[in-house]
Amino acid sequence: MSKPILDVVSLNKSFEVKSKKTLWGKPTRVQVLQDISFQLYEGETLSIVGESGCGKTTLGRCIVKGISASSGEVNYMTEEGDTVDFLKLKGKEAKKLRKDIQMIFQDPYSSLSPRMSVFDIIAEPLVANFKLKKSEIEEKVAEIASQTGLNVSYLRRYPHAFSGGQRQRIAIARALIMQPRLIVCDEAVSALDVSIQAQIINLLKDLQESFKITYIFISHDLSIVQNISDRVAVMHLGKVVELAPSEAMFSRPLHPYTEALMSAVPQPDPERKKDRIILEGEVPNPANPPSGCHFHPRCAYRTDKCVQQVPELREVDNGHFSACHYAGELNLKGVQANEAKRA
Amino acid sequence: MRTLPIFKRAKTEAFLESAAKDINYSSQWKLIYMKFKRHKLARISLIVLGVLYFVALFAQFIAPYSLQSYDSKYVNAPPMTLRFVDADGKFHLRPFVYELKSARDPDTMRKIFVSDTEKRYALKWFVQGEEYKFLGMFKTKLHLFGVEQPGRLFMFGTDAMGRDMFSRIVLGSQISLSIPLVGVGISFVLGLIIGGISGYFGGWLDSIIQRIIEIIRSFPTLPLWMALSAAIPPRVPVVTMYLYIVIIFALIGWTDLARVVRGKFISLKNEDYVVAAKIAGVGNTKIIVKHLLPGFMSYLVVATTLAIPNMILSETAMSFLGLGIRSPATSWGVLLQEAQKVENVALYPWKLIPLGIVVLTVLAYNFLGDGLRDAADPYKK
Repeated sequence: MSKPILDVVSLNKSFEVKSKKTLWGKPTRVQVLQDISFQLYEGETLSIVGESGCGKTTLGRCIVKGISASSGEVNYMTEEGDTVDFLKLKGKEAKKLRKDIQMIFQDPYSSLSPRMSVFDIIAEPLVANFKLKKSEIEEKVAEIASQTGLNVSYLRRYPHAFSGGQRQRIAIARALIMQPRLIVCDEAVSALDVSIQAQIINLLKDLQESFKITYIFISHDLSIVQNISDRVAVMHLGKVVELAPSEAMFSRPLHPYTEALMSAVPQPDPERKKDRIILEGEVPNPANPPSGCHFHPRCAYRTDKCVQQVPELREVDNGHFSACHYAGELNLKGVQANEAKRA
Repeated sequence: MRTLPIFKRAKTEAFLESAAKDINYSSQWKLIYMKFKRHKLARISLIVLGVLYFVALFAQFIAPYSLQSYDSKYVNAPPMTLRFVDADGKFHLRPFVYELKSARDPDTMRKIFVSDTEKRYALKWFVQGEEYKFLGMFKTKLHLFGVEQPGRLFMFGTDAMGRDMFSRIVLGSQISLSIPLVGVGISFVLGLIIGGISGYFGGWLDSIIQRIIEIIRSFPTLPLWMALSAAIPPRVPVVTMYLYIVIIFALIGWTDLARVVRGKFISLKNEDYVVAAKIAGVGNTKIIVKHLLPGFMSYLVVATTLAIPNMILSETAMSFLGLGIRSPATSWGVLLQEAQKVENVALYPWKLIPLGIVVLTVLAYNFLGDGLRDAADPYKK
């Protein structure tokens, strides 16, 4: 594996929630991200999966500084090989490195300003960061648009003239125009229908090959994740509970939560008996998380230890991290690679 | 690298023309305009308001008489009828009026006016009358229409001092239609800036601004106006004094708009496309100007349009209470105040014509605001 491009060290994010009961009551804090640490290697695709509300999107946005993290570091290794904390960058340096990390949003309908023409949307990062001549901007926009499969003669139109798939291409073109080294794809294909999903994913893969882009791919669709990622991180209630190379994760999960997620992957074979693990109870309230292991109220394997002690994320296998007290001891079912892999 | 045809073609006129017709190439304002055009009532209102403001602009020219002109011979004279056929049944191409003669009603012994069919005055365009300054620039005696001296033309009758109502309504519109704009303009700017700061930066600044707004909003306005009109020295010319009052009005009135602006800022600053711009490295000012403001400018236009009739009404209300303009300066409120006696309703109903004009103006503004509101968000289905 190559060198790390991003080193996330104990990233925390909490939101204040005002209690409605009293006028001067202290706001309660909801810990949305808890002590997230992982490394990202250049050129790889790291997928982040987890159920709704587990903090996937918040993590993505914190990394790109869409929202500011409460504490923690995001150490970024620049092209020259220097390591800087991306979150603490200010002024000129921030502006210089801004272009290296970009994001593609989940909803192609809300992420494009309806009041700007597509050309202006794609050109916006260029205009904001570089002093370029008009012709240069036009050239670059046209190039990126044709690369992302957009019809260049439609660029003067407004977003409302485009379909969901086209809009997502516009969003991708906007993210790509500054030639970033890292793109956070926040559910970049979830809003699209399956045929377009495939197109967009192939597009992202092609771009990765030609520009050596690193992706953080946030998704809840495990079949896509299995298809495209080098490594997968599973998040549960603001914590990374398992982090492993994709194949190892899918064939042999080391956390009961991952097992439950895997069992939800639809199988294309109707003959095969489904033994889905249905998680009981609801997702715990992040404002009032359960003691010990946050997953214990819904875990089939829980013991007293799980209720009392908080498990650490530890390396169980080579490059396979898990935050379960019994990682490696339990016999958890994964997904057979040849079965789930799409044709 | 290739240069693609689109960028060259965009400059040619043929392309622009076809693009103008295509909804896919239409910007926000164009979509709003297209939607607004379909609102018939709003279009009519726009025309009505256009006419009213045109009249106000050229009031001295259009009004046959000035504010100072009065005639004790014609006190409470009814509106004159424009005639084409005279007493002998002869048809005249040019409309004319008869001179009014005062007489006594044989039954009630009340003073009434009858037409003197002997004296006929033809209505003429561009007659010489009292001197005034055209648009405040040069002196002239030319009026749009009128009758030759010594004839008199009272289209809407006269008031208790023998002043021409039509002239007073036209001249009064200058104040009634313009000063509210000043007030709305001031509260617009204040509301936009203060509300914008409150919404965009949030935190303690937001809390402080919101508390101040609450305090201002809890002032009882009526006693405040009374105190203010008493506090302003009487030697200040009436119109200037009224301007002061309206400014103070606006200093209270911005709170509404500030709240709307704040709400819009808060909801828009978390929109994905704003976050996207932030991530792309766009600066704060540019985000506000390019992404946030256009996002709710249309609502501001609507809010402002709907605020103007309120200002017009409160001008009339204040003059009606005797707090605003005083005679001989005239606004519609002053005219209404003079019309507030019950005898007017029974005996001189033409003195209520200003009421109709106020209603017309306010309705026109409201319909216009309605049409704008429907058109304001072209992206909503």
